[in-house]
Amino acid sequence: MTRIALVFPELLGTYGDGGNAIVLAQRLRWRGLPADIVRVGVEDPLPRDCDLYVLGGGEDAPQTFATARLVDLGFAGAVADGAVVFAVCAGFQILGEAFTGNDGAQQPGLGLIECSTRPKGARQIGELVVEPSALDLPLLTGFENHGGITELGSSASPLGRVRVGHGNGVGGVEGIVAGRVVGTYLHGPALARNPALADLLLSWVVGALEPLDDPIVERLRTERLRAALG
Amino acid sequence: MIGAKVTLALAPKALDELAAGRRIAVVSGTNGKSTTTALLSAACTAAGFSVASNVEGANLRSGIVALLSSRRARDTELAVLEIDELALPSLLPSFDHPVVVLLNLSRDQLDRFGEVRTVAAEWRRALAAQPVTVVANADDPLVVYGASSASDVTYVGVGLRWRQDSASCPNCGRQIQRDERDWWCECGLRRPPACELDGDTLAVGGQTMQLRPGVPGQYNIGNAALAVVAATKLGVPSAVACGALGAVTSVAGRYRTVTVGPTSARLLLAKNPAGWGELLAMIEGQDRPLVLAINARIADGKDPSWLWDVEFERVRGRRVIAAGERAADLAVRLRYADVECEVWDGAVLDAVERFDAPDVDVLVNYTVFAEAVRSLGRDE
Repeated sequence: MTRIALVFPELLGTYGDGGNAIVLAQRLRWRGLPADIVRVGVEDPLPRDCDLYVLGGGEDAPQTFATARLVDLGFAGAVADGAVVFAVCAGFQILGEAFTGNDGAQQPGLGLIECSTRPKGARQIGELVVEPSALDLPLLTGFENHGGITELGSSASPLGRVRVGHGNGVGGVEGIVAGRVVGTYLHGPALARNPALADLLLSWVVGALEPLDDPIVERLRTERLRAALG
Repeated sequence: MIGAKVTLALAPKALDELAAGRRIAVVSGTNGKSTTTALLSAACTAAGFSVASNVEGANLRSGIVALLSSRRARDTELAVLEIDELALPSLLPSFDHPVVVLLNLSRDQLDRFGEVRTVAAEWRRALAAQPVTVVANADDPLVVYGASSASDVTYVGVGLRWRQDSASCPNCGRQIQRDERDWWCECGLRRPPACELDGDTLAVGGQTMQLRPGVPGQYNIGNAALAVVAATKLGVPSAVACGALGAVTSVAGRYRTVTVGPTSARLLLAKNPAGWGELLAMIEGQDRPLVLAINARIADGKDPSWLWDVEFERVRGRRVIAAGERAADLAVRLRYADVECEVWDGAVLDAVERFDAPDVDVLVNYTVFAEAVRSLGRDE
């Protein structure tokens, strides 16, 4: 049984990012592999035996509160043994070394990945297309909606180069890949629009997977990429 | 609308002047504005008021100015105004002691509106700044936070199905605690004493009344409860207000049944996950085929990722067609919900005939709805 933790969906689920957990579970089930989604509420104990941990986007005050809870619950320790972490937007920022909290002050993140986030002053909203560099994947498509600039540390690898949109907002790059931790600004949800990324994350847990026939997902990808790239 | 823009340009105080000397009631919130406005207007009209109302939904400053300067609004003593939830704070100062009905706040068009908590904070600031009589939903923490700064508030417990946006406290960010209908936060924000709605029975003071609006769904009984309490603040006897609800069967095309070939199709509008959740609850337990259709134009919000906040798993086993300009987004969501569907790329009402069924429900978002209603107008 592959266990997928959906972390604090009530705080970190603003842009349908809970869909990433549904996509991961269903893509296993469709292949005859058992999967379970574990919704982790903010007052629940953090399960330490899940195979994947999924975090989504959230508003400023919930982001600050979620970070404090994840520190208290020892999230970094729970995933230290090689669990896969997929974190979007606020979830991505939380995993870094620091971000600007809702009171305007810089506050520490979980320090799982080498990056820090500061406010840009204007929100970056629209279709986002990324040419993957760290992972062997086709073009990534999504929708971004955030106000952060996320600067990667010197030894960190971005998820890819921005073709359309803003991504991390600096250096023309998007997201981060650090071992089995992937952070990104792609909503959509990201894994619904990018099934190859979903299957790659799953393969880190269960090994190589047979391809699925996905004509409607392919149509969606074609439509979104055409809309963004022209 | 050109007329309204010119009026605005010539006189920045146009709205103040048009509103002066008139009783004003406003209805705001994310979902249910048009229907609640129609219910409140019906109640006031039944009591003998002459009422002007923008029930067609032009709910920004220009639409309100256009309404109040129109011939049909001249000489009316009462205006019942639907107002966009973001526009409310900037329009309120034009109104002298209005009755303000606050329905609910939830995520909607996040690419345009930004964070819903900010809207609640803006309401709070604006309502503290002037005399107002507020009638507000006690079950939505965001609404209570926004309303509780006002000098005079009557709360009505109308329920709240969608709780994703009020899981964390709008005042302090902590998690809201819940126990059946009650809710509270450590910081002191809590569910206030309220007139309670139980099924279709509303208790106000020692009095109970039955609410039977002509529009379907439990959420519309909630809207009716807020409308009835607001009507009493305007001097309408509650029995008169209740008696007027049944005549409201369709609101600017919503809930309207149209005939398409051999099929009766009911038009249902929902703009965001909270609205879709209400509609899916309403259609549960029957087996009508469904046309679901989504656009993502500016007026809809350009990011349809909210589809993943809707429990489409509930329509498993139903016959479903996915349509609209973003049919592929919808069809992918349905595939992951294990709902089989046909993708239809034509006009939404043309999809209805493909079922060869007597009754079909058509659930669509804003610009799909507007286009369908326009196309019906052309045919008639």
